[in-house]
Amino acid sequence: MKSMIPPASGAPAPLAGQPPAARPRAAGNGVWLWFAVPGLTLFCAFWLLPMVRLVGVGASGPDGAMAYLSVLTNRHYFTSLMSTLALSAVVTVATLAISVFVGLFLQRNRFPGQSVLLAMLTFPLAFPGVVVGFMVIMLAGRQGLIGAFTNWLFGESLVFAYSLAGLFLGYLYFSIPRVILTVVAAAEKLDPSLEEAARSLGAKPWQVLLHVVLPALLPALISSGAICFATSVGAFGTAFTLAANIDVLPMTIYNEFTGYANFATAASLSIVLGLITWAMLALARSLTGSGVAAAA
Amino acid sequence: MQNRFRFYLQLGFTLLVCAFLVVPVVLSMLAGVTENFFVGLSSGLTLRWVAQVWEMYQPTIWRSLIIALACLVVTLVAGVPLAYMLARYRGGHSRLARVIEELLMMPVAVPGLATALALIMAYGQLREFRASILFILVGHVIFTLPFMVRPVLAVMQSSQLAQLEEAAASLGAGRMRRFFGIVIPNAASGILAGALMVVTLSIGEFNITWMLHTPLTQTLPVGLADAYASMRLEVGSAYTLIFFFMIIPLLIGMQWATQATRKKVSL
Repeated sequence: MKSMIPPASGAPAPLAGQPPAARPRAAGNGVWLWFAVPGLTLFCAFWLLPMVRLVGVGASGPDGAMAYLSVLTNRHYFTSLMSTLALSAVVTVATLAISVFVGLFLQRNRFPGQSVLLAMLTFPLAFPGVVVGFMVIMLAGRQGLIGAFTNWLFGESLVFAYSLAGLFLGYLYFSIPRVILTVVAAAEKLDPSLEEAARSLGAKPWQVLLHVVLPALLPALISSGAICFATSVGAFGTAFTLAANIDVLPMTIYNEFTGYANFATAASLSIVLGLITWAMLALARSLTGSGVAAAA
Repeated sequence: MQNRFRFYLQLGFTLLVCAFLVVPVVLSMLAGVTENFFVGLSSGLTLRWVAQVWEMYQPTIWRSLIIALACLVVTLVAGVPLAYMLARYRGGHSRLARVIEELLMMPVAVPGLATALALIMAYGQLREFRASILFILVGHVIFTLPFMVRPVLAVMQSSQLAQLEEAAASLGAGRMRRFFGIVIPNAASGILAGALMVVTLSIGEFNITWMLHTPLTQTLPVGLADAYASMRLEVGSAYTLIFFFMIIPLLIGMQWATQATRKKVSL
């Protein structure tokens, strides 16, 4: 209400000086926008507009916009979507459990070689999906370590790299380094006095973990879990290296596009896939209120 | 006593996880220099697989390096000013800045396959563009841009840019002079961290590149996938070995830069 009072009724001297002072400031804001021009031009030309186009192509098939529902109505796409989501969920839970265990251990204990251990655990951070796939082949492939070991032990080699189990191993390999880093960073910020208080009140170690440590780590776990889930849903390189017939949605899209030249289906499925991963990350961000950025 | 036991149990599990991550790397490095991996190390060590990879796939290595450097230049030129705008426009608290930040992350949040398909549908008809490495470069730039903008923005937000610039302006420095004399030196640690990240990601990018490449524009990861699928294990391993030697210095640099940035930003 106060701003409605005409300036003449207030103190005249400072208000008279206001317009000239305000004008350069507004102009300054406009100038800052120019700094964003190169980046935004690139982004609009090579991502935003092509994406809009992709949405259009998705609806251009014989089924029209109904193509977007085919992921639910077509049995094949639906199974491949479900196996993708189930696999990613299992990977996320397993990664979180392993990383909390290892991350807390490394952050809580001081022993010789500890920093080397942490460096080794985070070393595969920048491996692309194809290389991760090859690592799985090294472990569980035809000439892999697990095969050689089981052959020596039981006289029969166990080979599971070229299936969903191999893909699970690959996504685990991909996700563990990232999540461990997040857990270690979050655990560093925990307040040790809270745990001491819980212990002094008679809480057992597992009670401290369940009621004090895990709730404090929760935001970090939600955000890194969402990243892990989203990258597993969208990952392509690992599945591509292991086998072309693993039935996960990215492989289905790839086969529709290159194998059957079914552009409308490939477009609509990849839009659906993109919406799922984006929604996952957005949900995690709104839950934790912090920046959740996906990783390569 | 029980505590000791628990410590060793946890250590054992940690070592197991560590082995899961490191053993395949060591195995593949060994396989790359072994005469016959199926027979084992007793078949002798050799560099012939590395030499074969160098002969067959050398162009992919140079191409990846060129694309990574070009990507770095473009993300620097486009990303640093963009971060500056995000940090300073309306005091850095505008809704517009939040929307732009959110949008920039989209190509990372959305699977690379979707981004690649969108690029092909939109620009696939332009034959010359489609067949050149520029097409791949565009994909890499879109994907890595947020990894340049975010660390630079974080450093800019934590340094007292507004006051420093005001001081410079009161001494008569123009906007461009302030940008190059004040803003960039102050954001140097963020720029370094972003640059290392961009180069590492670009060298390893596969999801987008696989859809965008042509037989004449194969990059290193594309060549890797090709070697894994069609060559013997030793050749794939030797190729992976070369890839490791390319990214390990970048990874070490990145770790060092993150620590330096973290100290400055105190995240």
